[in-house]
Amino acid sequence: MNNTTKLIIVAVGGQGNLLASKILGEAALEAGVKMQMSEIHGMAQRGGVVESAIIFGDAKSSIISDGEADILLGFEPLESLRAVSKCSKDTEIITNTKPLQPFTSAIGLAKYPEKEEIENILKSKSKKFLGFNASELAVEAGTSLSLNMVLLGALLQRKIIPLEKELIQKTIKEKTKKEFAEINLKAFELGFKKAEELG
Amino acid sequence: MHKLLQGKPESRHFLLGNEAIARGAVEAGVAFATTYPGTPSSEISANLFEISQETDLYFEYSSNEKIALELTAASANSGLRSLCIMKHVGVNVAADVLMTLAYLGVKKGLVLLTADDPFMFSSQNEQDNRYYGKLAGLPVLEPSSAAEAKEMLAYAFDLSEQLNEPVIFRTTTRINHSSGEVAFGSPKEIESKGEFTKDPMRYVSVPAVSRQRHKVLLENLDKAASLSDSCSYNFTQGKGNLGIICSGVSYSYVNDAVKDLNAEDKIKVLRIGFSNPMPDLLIKEFLKGCDKLLIVEEGEPVMEEYVRSFAQTQGSVIEIKGKGENLFSRLFEYNTSIVRKAISNYFGFENKEAVPVDTSDLPALPNRPPNLCAGCSHRATFYAVKKAGGNDTIYPSDIGCYTLGFLPPLAMGDFVVCMGASVGTACGFSKSTGKKTVAFIGDSTFFHSGINGLLNAVFNNHDITLIILDNRTTAMTGHQPNPGVDMTELGHNNYNTIDIETVVKSLGVGFVKTVKPYNVKKTQEAVEEAMEFKGVSVVISKEKCILYAKQLKQAKNTAFQVNQEKCKNHRNCVNDLGCPAFYIENNEVKIDENMCTGCSVCVQICPEKAISPVKTK
Repeated sequence: MNNTTKLIIVAVGGQGNLLASKILGEAALEAGVKMQMSEIHGMAQRGGVVESAIIFGDAKSSIISDGEADILLGFEPLESLRAVSKCSKDTEIITNTKPLQPFTSAIGLAKYPEKEEIENILKSKSKKFLGFNASELAVEAGTSLSLNMVLLGALLQRKIIPLEKELIQKTIKEKTKKEFAEINLKAFELGFKKAEELG
Repeated sequence: MHKLLQGKPESRHFLLGNEAIARGAVEAGVAFATTYPGTPSSEISANLFEISQETDLYFEYSSNEKIALELTAASANSGLRSLCIMKHVGVNVAADVLMTLAYLGVKKGLVLLTADDPFMFSSQNEQDNRYYGKLAGLPVLEPSSAAEAKEMLAYAFDLSEQLNEPVIFRTTTRINHSSGEVAFGSPKEIESKGEFTKDPMRYVSVPAVSRQRHKVLLENLDKAASLSDSCSYNFTQGKGNLGIICSGVSYSYVNDAVKDLNAEDKIKVLRIGFSNPMPDLLIKEFLKGCDKLLIVEEGEPVMEEYVRSFAQTQGSVIEIKGKGENLFSRLFEYNTSIVRKAISNYFGFENKEAVPVDTSDLPALPNRPPNLCAGCSHRATFYAVKKAGGNDTIYPSDIGCYTLGFLPPLAMGDFVVCMGASVGTACGFSKSTGKKTVAFIGDSTFFHSGINGLLNAVFNNHDITLIILDNRTTAMTGHQPNPGVDMTELGHNNYNTIDIETVVKSLGVGFVKTVKPYNVKKTQEAVEEAMEFKGVSVVISKEKCILYAKQLKQAKNTAFQVNQEKCKNHRNCVNDLGCPAFYIENNEVKIDENMCTGCSVCVQICPEKAISPVKTK
């Protein structure tokens, strides 16, 4: 458990979690930081949950067990709440607060928890909680598809993972589609600033 | 150039396990590769398909795993390095070939890659295919990481050529879908011109030949045993009088757990990469000075049973455990925490597990089950069939996206076993219960093995209706081609397209009709007619997968909206279709315009005609 930083990313299929993870991987490779990652996306394209487990540092495994995450990055508030068992009282949680209703609650078969309730629970269970409407910032940056970059920005501002902001920016520039690079960088910056603001 | 063909030897890349394996195939000089797509193996094939467009590699999506392995049985015996890729249950389909191919052997390297899926992230069972190594008498290799998988694949080909036998290369989902740093090696040149030397006394498996070949197989297996002993993928690390033997991804958990417990000088680890046959001399050596032994392997106690019986031949009486209470389960996958707990329980180490937050006070969370996509043509078909057949009909289904049709509200799917089984099981249900039976099968699954079931149904004159959900692609695994796909749409001209209706008619099916499922009324009528037909009837529901249509830029760009003045909240749309584009806001039914694909099925079932196209999108 020593010398590692464990990051869990949860999202709904289509939110761009895998690209965000890949950027961290490419940046880690360039920085010479050891990183193992595993992703579970069995039926993601069909609206399911996508989870990436990322372990920086001296480890061979790529799964994060319950209570072991140092940081939880959630692309959707309900999924952040669902993944809270990965956290301990020492975990930091960063989450988008804009819900993406699962079909079950969208048609009234189940109740989606209130925004405040989700945030209060996540706040009370973590060492630090950072929740904001990242979807809105993505649209502000130019496209809702840049949600992943907004959240990467917020993640980097927290300085928990052993990678530098500038390197991530460089990686975004080089590894994301050219036509989106500028928007992606803007989204990253908006997320970074938001995290700074919320302190 | 394909990204896996770029990069100099020793350059470092961040790759998915399956990408690393595809690169391994390039470095091993694989000339011939076949597959039937299946998660978690799919990305290996997707990459090799692309690579084959740029190199001398021959790659094909075969129509099932048995055929895929048959092709490579021939190519490897024609002197080409051959790789056959499938998911674990695919090996069941290919097993008939495998068992006797082990007798015939191979001239050039043949590797059968089986991607096992502990925990069944995307499979119908979690069988442990290491048993196929034992059953067939073939070597089994198991990598522990993405980077090692790449290296080990090249070794698998060398081994296959040393033994003249196929080699089973077993991965698990956590290898296929893990990413890490991988260093490139040098690609071997592809030898793509094969030659077959006739040798009937070796290659024609009549009893007289097979009796000889079985002897050869056992000799080869003995040779393999000695190679296993000297194989660098079987190695020991750490020191101490406590022992762990592990393989595959479990090694990574053992490695981290032993470190976490500060037990590197108390526990020695034997990592097995070459797991059939097991390395007797290494194990013998390892048992010396070992007071207690723990076997860590996901799945079945394959190594555990072997090591225990081997220890008995050595007169060793030390305690050897693996599966059992407070230790390991045969169920699902492991992780570092599970392994750490078992190690500390068994050897008596103090262990501080992380304390997860209390989740007992969490509210009930709405599930997010995978769902048929908005605009999925299967939903339209299921709706129409349900209208036609009601609840009293038995609906066997099959493997594909449409398996999800079993979920409410459609609830279409009563029995699913394996690829192609909907047809055979439908016949069984129909004959034994006398009830109306309507089976579902996708286009790719029909070509895979459903076609055989249909042939049987016609011959034995069963009374079933088969709905072929022809969405023009292999959707579930990521839109791979199948024999019904129009390859010219993907820019490939060297293929033929097989028309399902022609095939079905040629089998002598008495009632055949092709429908467009987005037309609900006509589809329902066709199904009703088919169900009235006595004997085998087939309805082909033909509409391109909406995701595939989008990918090909063929999807129409329309969306629908609910006219709130007209809507009387019957909610047939929401309650009967389960389309994820619908949501309810302030007690009003609404459609998410960004998700709606304009299939118009809801329009047709709304009693108030309250759903109409959005003017501009």
